[in-house]
Amino acid sequence: MYQYNSFDRDFLAERNAQFRAQVERRIDGSLTEDEFKPLRLMNGLYLQLHAYMLRVAIPYGTLNGGQMDVLADIADKWDKGYGHFTTRQNIQYNWPKLRDVPDMLDALGEVGMHAIQTSGNTIRNVTADHFAGAAADEIEDPRPTAELLRQWSTDHPEFQFLPRKFKIAVTGSPNDRAVTKAHDIGLRMVERGGEKGYEVIVGGGLGRTPMIGKVLRDFLPKADLLPYCEAIVSVYNLLGRRDNKYKARIKITVHENGIETIRDLVEERFALIRPEFSGVDQKMLAGIEAQFAVPEWTQDSIAPFNAAYHADPVFRSWVDTNITKHRNDDYAIVSISIKKQGQTPGDATSAQMRVMAELARDYAHDELRISHEQNVILPHVHKSHLPAIHARLKEVELATANIGLISDIIACPGMDYCALATARSIPVAQQIATRFDELKLEHDIGELKIKISGCINACGHHHVGHIGILGLDRAGVENYQITLGGDHTETAAVGERAGPGFAYDEIVPAIERLIAAYLELRTGEGELFIDTYRRLGMAPFKAALYPTEEVKADAA
Amino acid sequence: MSKPFTPKVVTANALLEGDVIYLTADDQWSRSLKDAEVIEDAAHGDLRLLHAASQPGEVVGAYLADIRLTDDGPEPTHFREEFRTKGPSNYAHGKQELA
Repeated sequence: MYQYNSFDRDFLAERNAQFRAQVERRIDGSLTEDEFKPLRLMNGLYLQLHAYMLRVAIPYGTLNGGQMDVLADIADKWDKGYGHFTTRQNIQYNWPKLRDVPDMLDALGEVGMHAIQTSGNTIRNVTADHFAGAAADEIEDPRPTAELLRQWSTDHPEFQFLPRKFKIAVTGSPNDRAVTKAHDIGLRMVERGGEKGYEVIVGGGLGRTPMIGKVLRDFLPKADLLPYCEAIVSVYNLLGRRDNKYKARIKITVHENGIETIRDLVEERFALIRPEFSGVDQKMLAGIEAQFAVPEWTQDSIAPFNAAYHADPVFRSWVDTNITKHRNDDYAIVSISIKKQGQTPGDATSAQMRVMAELARDYAHDELRISHEQNVILPHVHKSHLPAIHARLKEVELATANIGLISDIIACPGMDYCALATARSIPVAQQIATRFDELKLEHDIGELKIKISGCINACGHHHVGHIGILGLDRAGVENYQITLGGDHTETAAVGERAGPGFAYDEIVPAIERLIAAYLELRTGEGELFIDTYRRLGMAPFKAALYPTEEVKADAA
Repeated sequence: MSKPFTPKVVTANALLEGDVIYLTADDQWSRSLKDAEVIEDAAHGDLRLLHAASQPGEVVGAYLADIRLTDDGPEPTHFREEFRTKGPSNYAHGKQELA
């Protein structure tokens, strides 16, 4: 893992001292709210519905046990004993007090963490595949690339006031777990003729105008990464619209100007600035890569794992659902579900955080990951340790075997917290998860991605859910639209709207009808919901969602 | 013809805690909607909003929120304002914690 050097530490200390002074000046009246707001947003501090919210970056979702412990300490000392992991691999604290925030930032700084550029029209926290460095299908660990981008984009003087926010995601695997096609820039590691490089995707995004990213360059040599990204953001900075907030993201710039025009402009700019990159960036990258060296693998028998797997059905179910193949056959990737049915998706208590930190230290080479699906990952676990990990997780209600299933729902904070939300998301997720748990159907249903957003901004990724739910305000009442057929992977697709929305008390029964129809329609247990949808299209699902409409049509 | 004025209250967030607050008739800020001054005409609403905006050291983002008058005092007409009077629905945090 990357360790902060003296430059990083000094920069962060200075920046935190600046923000402390800004907070003091706001409180003593020297700064108005209009003056203070952009300053607090640059440091991740929002004012939400009931309180301030501090959004802390977890760069490319990677942290160690000590950092997780500090996240827990902050939750206890300055918040209400929990934190919310987000789809951007961040953690949000929902109840900080303004006076305490500088202390919270200093505590984060002690362990090399910060909240810089988690808001504002800047390049945000760079995200990556949460299985990076561990996945069996990986071409290369994407995190050194992500860390280089973090260093380049943090406080980049040219990119502090972009037309709109800007999000970059990196994956090192052909199986895209980082939703790269829904980012302003998506980078996919590829190999050509033995050389590793990137496929550069631009102009993806969700929100009110969902767009699947387009390929700008099918192969970018690794050494050209920073100048090429700088060229893209420079072109966007000049060309992106500042007249209309809703047309300001690069996806609209690409859409309005066409990918060819953008490509020509980027290549022109790239040719101009490439010589300025003298190779210092590549030296830094080499230094970063050395810090992401593969851990020293434990050599031990996996017999204890095999014995437990055959003896304990609860453990077996958890392994079958929450474990992913590791690059080392004796190892496993453990996804810890932060989605126990009925709980708030992505919320972990300080006690749970400390247990995860302890498990990382004791059994997982001191590494943790936060996934965009709002779960926590132990990326490197020798299989012999899995029974002990499972037992410890059970003690703190973190052993739910539901990764990838219907109750593993992405949900944004929605109107329970967010000032932008138009409806609640969390209770809808809680009710769906609880309902299907009661029906004991979720393992039978199999892999299914439900994603819920509480407004059109789509933080809950509803457009790319197999089933997407969008909460809206319809004439002063919460209303939920369903989209079907979205896909967040390398075959990314935006879901299609099924029809009119459902009231708050109708949405869970509607999802139940949808699932009942799927179970009727599928060819067998092997056919996933998304595959049945692709085979049959919208019609049979629409009929299930709107049964009375069908009766009306039949009568006509 | 313009729409008839519906009753309103001035609401904001407290600068230091971020809590939802309401402007009272005697120029105080209360955490409870029941204490809020009910504004019955547009001109008075504008004046009270100006008054709120003149206290940047205490409040952030003051605006007029619709209410309806009941025997128990003012109540929100919109679900967003109702949540602001209580707190989130997933935990008993926020104002409901104190209730």
